[in-house]
Amino acid sequence: MIKFKLNGKSVTYEGDSSKPLLWFVREDAELTGSKFGCGVAMCGACTMHLNGNPVRACSTPISMVDGGSVTTIEGLESKTAKAVQTAWQDLDVVQCGYCQSGQIMSAVALLEKNNKPTDEDINAAMDGNLCRCATYHRIRKAIHNASKSLAKEA
Amino acid sequence: MNFSRFVPQKQNLSRREFLKVSSLAAGAGFAIGSVPLVAGEATPAVQQGLGHFIKVTSDSLVTVVIKHLDKGQGVTTGLTAIVAEEMDADWSQMRWEFAPADATKYNNLFFGPVQGTGGSTAIANSWMQLRQAGAAAKHMMVKAAAKRWQVAPAEVTVAEGKIKHKSGKTLSFGDVASDVAKMTAPEKPNLKDPKDFKLIGSNIPRIDSPEKTKGKANYTLDVNQPGMLKAVIIHPPLFGATIKSLDKSEALKMKGVKAVVQTPRGVGIVADSYWTATQARQVVKIDWDESAAEKRGSKELWKSYKTMAREEGQVVRNDGDVTKAFKEAAKTINLEFEFPYLAHSAMEPMNCAVQIKEGQCDIWTGSQIPTVDQGVAASVVGLTPDKVNIHTQFAGGSFGRRAVPNADFVLDAVLIAKLSGLDAPINLQWSREDDMQAGYYRPMTYQEMKASFDDKGELSGWHQRVVSQSILRGTPFAGMIQGPLDMTLVEGGHNLPYAMDNIKVDGHEASVGVPVLWWRSVGHTHNAYSTEVFLDEVARTMGKDPVQFRLERLKEHPRHAGVLKLAAEKAGWGKKLPKNKAQGVAVHESFSSFVAEVAEVTVNDDGTYSVDKIVCAVDCGIAITPDVIKAQMEGGIGYGLGSCMSEAVTLTDGKVDQANFYNYFPMRMSKMPEIEVHIVQSGESPTGVGEPGTPPAGPAVANALRKFLKKPLTKLPFGDRLDLA
Repeated sequence: MIKFKLNGKSVTYEGDSSKPLLWFVREDAELTGSKFGCGVAMCGACTMHLNGNPVRACSTPISMVDGGSVTTIEGLESKTAKAVQTAWQDLDVVQCGYCQSGQIMSAVALLEKNNKPTDEDINAAMDGNLCRCATYHRIRKAIHNASKSLAKEA
Repeated sequence: MNFSRFVPQKQNLSRREFLKVSSLAAGAGFAIGSVPLVAGEATPAVQQGLGHFIKVTSDSLVTVVIKHLDKGQGVTTGLTAIVAEEMDADWSQMRWEFAPADATKYNNLFFGPVQGTGGSTAIANSWMQLRQAGAAAKHMMVKAAAKRWQVAPAEVTVAEGKIKHKSGKTLSFGDVASDVAKMTAPEKPNLKDPKDFKLIGSNIPRIDSPEKTKGKANYTLDVNQPGMLKAVIIHPPLFGATIKSLDKSEALKMKGVKAVVQTPRGVGIVADSYWTATQARQVVKIDWDESAAEKRGSKELWKSYKTMAREEGQVVRNDGDVTKAFKEAAKTINLEFEFPYLAHSAMEPMNCAVQIKEGQCDIWTGSQIPTVDQGVAASVVGLTPDKVNIHTQFAGGSFGRRAVPNADFVLDAVLIAKLSGLDAPINLQWSREDDMQAGYYRPMTYQEMKASFDDKGELSGWHQRVVSQSILRGTPFAGMIQGPLDMTLVEGGHNLPYAMDNIKVDGHEASVGVPVLWWRSVGHTHNAYSTEVFLDEVARTMGKDPVQFRLERLKEHPRHAGVLKLAAEKAGWGKKLPKNKAQGVAVHESFSSFVAEVAEVTVNDDGTYSVDKIVCAVDCGIAITPDVIKAQMEGGIGYGLGSCMSEAVTLTDGKVDQANFYNYFPMRMSKMPEIEVHIVQSGESPTGVGEPGTPPAGPAVANALRKFLKKPLTKLPFGDRLDLA
């Protein structure tokens, strides 16, 4: 039996241990904010945090999260997360919105580790998250804005 | 989608535009006849209460029924704003919901009797319809309040969601909702003078931002009806291949697998979860019959296109005497362009949920043409279209992909539901590989551009030849082809705005077994590129500045000239730049909107390059939601630029070479330029912005990169490294 924390709550899973985390979260736990985009960790739409690090849940076998702690877009509640989501809304970053849960998860993970990212840092952290609406221009601005608002609070 | 020819060039609302889609009836197997409709006029003259676009509840919330699909372009915000403006509602009380599939009420006024989203028409065709609906609602609310108060309606005003009498008394929208429901709507309500607009033109926040920022927005992927099963489908490995034999025994033994069905389009696998269906897919054995399949690869297709280009095609424009101009020319130049197939690759791979039960067919999907999907489903299931209910979901991008004349992925889902005999809801999800390899691409296109110059060095002739596939021919939309050539091949080329005495445009429709479709801005994707890059080459030959040269020939086209001047001014056109940087420009009209873009690039000694900035100017008439317009320009530029820099679908022996984002390369964060958008102030009727930002991006960048190259970039995509030798 696989046991882990999902958004702070204990969950268990029995069955095919190669099943990707994404499908457990979406179909078993019925949290649908994380999306399926490629299935091979090339687009980032499924990004979740595993023990605080961003992972591509579509390519993370559920066996890998045993004993760990997983956070999805539904479980975001840190100060950083609030700053990011506020910045996202202030700038109306979203278009179709499908990739945005993943974008936000990657952005939050970046800012949790580096609260003053440069453009180069943003490229490195965000290049794995595709957006076909090409909202990159606003994502970059939103990350800088979130960084500034966090600095003000501190 | 290309319905552009049905959009009045000037949005003259009294002009009657007729669209006959009788071929739809035959092709899609359902009867909608050929009902001519008048573009730009509200549909029913007499209606009870608020009609079918607006709902007001007792809590004073105003819900606008959105007849278009929101696939990111922000139409839920724009259409809601139009109604709110005419009702004088407060933005905070506005809500929205997607309309059901019902073309009698929710047809696109530019598509005739078809409900649909495409050709950047959502705002343009709804503009007067929703203004009238909103104005009628306000008129009735004023009348109802006046009656309550026993005063003259002239003494009643509405502002910020409150109905007020000059005495100071107020009522909310909810207070009069039940009275209004019993009233008859005025046929011609007074519309606001645009100078009194408060919401329109202001920076209204996107209405869908909060839910999309919190992961709460629902897409087809997320549809979860009680007892819902999941399905995947195996399509043929080659276009046109069919199933010789199928062995589903191993798959059926797997726990959780509910059905494996052979459909005319492939093999569907239904299971209790997506993962189970995906596992079962691996053990289904299919022997394919490839005898009738398209087996040519890109190499063979280029060869065949080039052979076709030796002959004259269907001539769609022939001003002056091009033959004479070339015969008498002192100098000629020519370029040959190669544009590959492109995948839409929306972030949400195609999907559709279906339940066939008790004489009804329910469909949950994001559909750009619900009327077609509804009709096709009805004919497959054996129901009348009114028994097919489409529950529209947000689409995770589309760019034209969710508007397929044969219903495509909707047809897949309906066939699986029907043939499995299951009455549970089934959600079909394509994988990324399915999405990339099952067809419907921007057509691969070959173009030859030629120009002649007289003995004074003046441009004397312009000739464009296009070889590509027809998007419309052989589909239920073939009725849209009005001449010898499907104009999606040449749009943006045949109507080149520049003043020239001798100009000829002709085209060949190539017959290829690869399915093609409208891809964000359709034919403009390649015609804006070829014409604007070649125009720069002509200007260079004549020793003229590209902006000046264009302006000299755009005297009859003030809106083209207007955006060009604005973009050039804001970008500081001609400013001094370091040696490794350059600017390039392109201007193009598509879907009745005008866009100019100035690109600034850096090129390094090793041939690597970056697009640093794009300054964009757009004229789309009255700007209803300026920030959404800016976002569409930004996104359109990223989409267009990505395709020109790094995207290509190629074939080897008929098989698509690309499978996923490890060998198909859309724009990513690190390549995205800084973008600055300027909107031209205009009193013209609003036109679309979903597509028009895309066409000029590639050529503006190519024209900037040209300064470092021996010859222009004519073979797309550019790739990561330029050939500086």
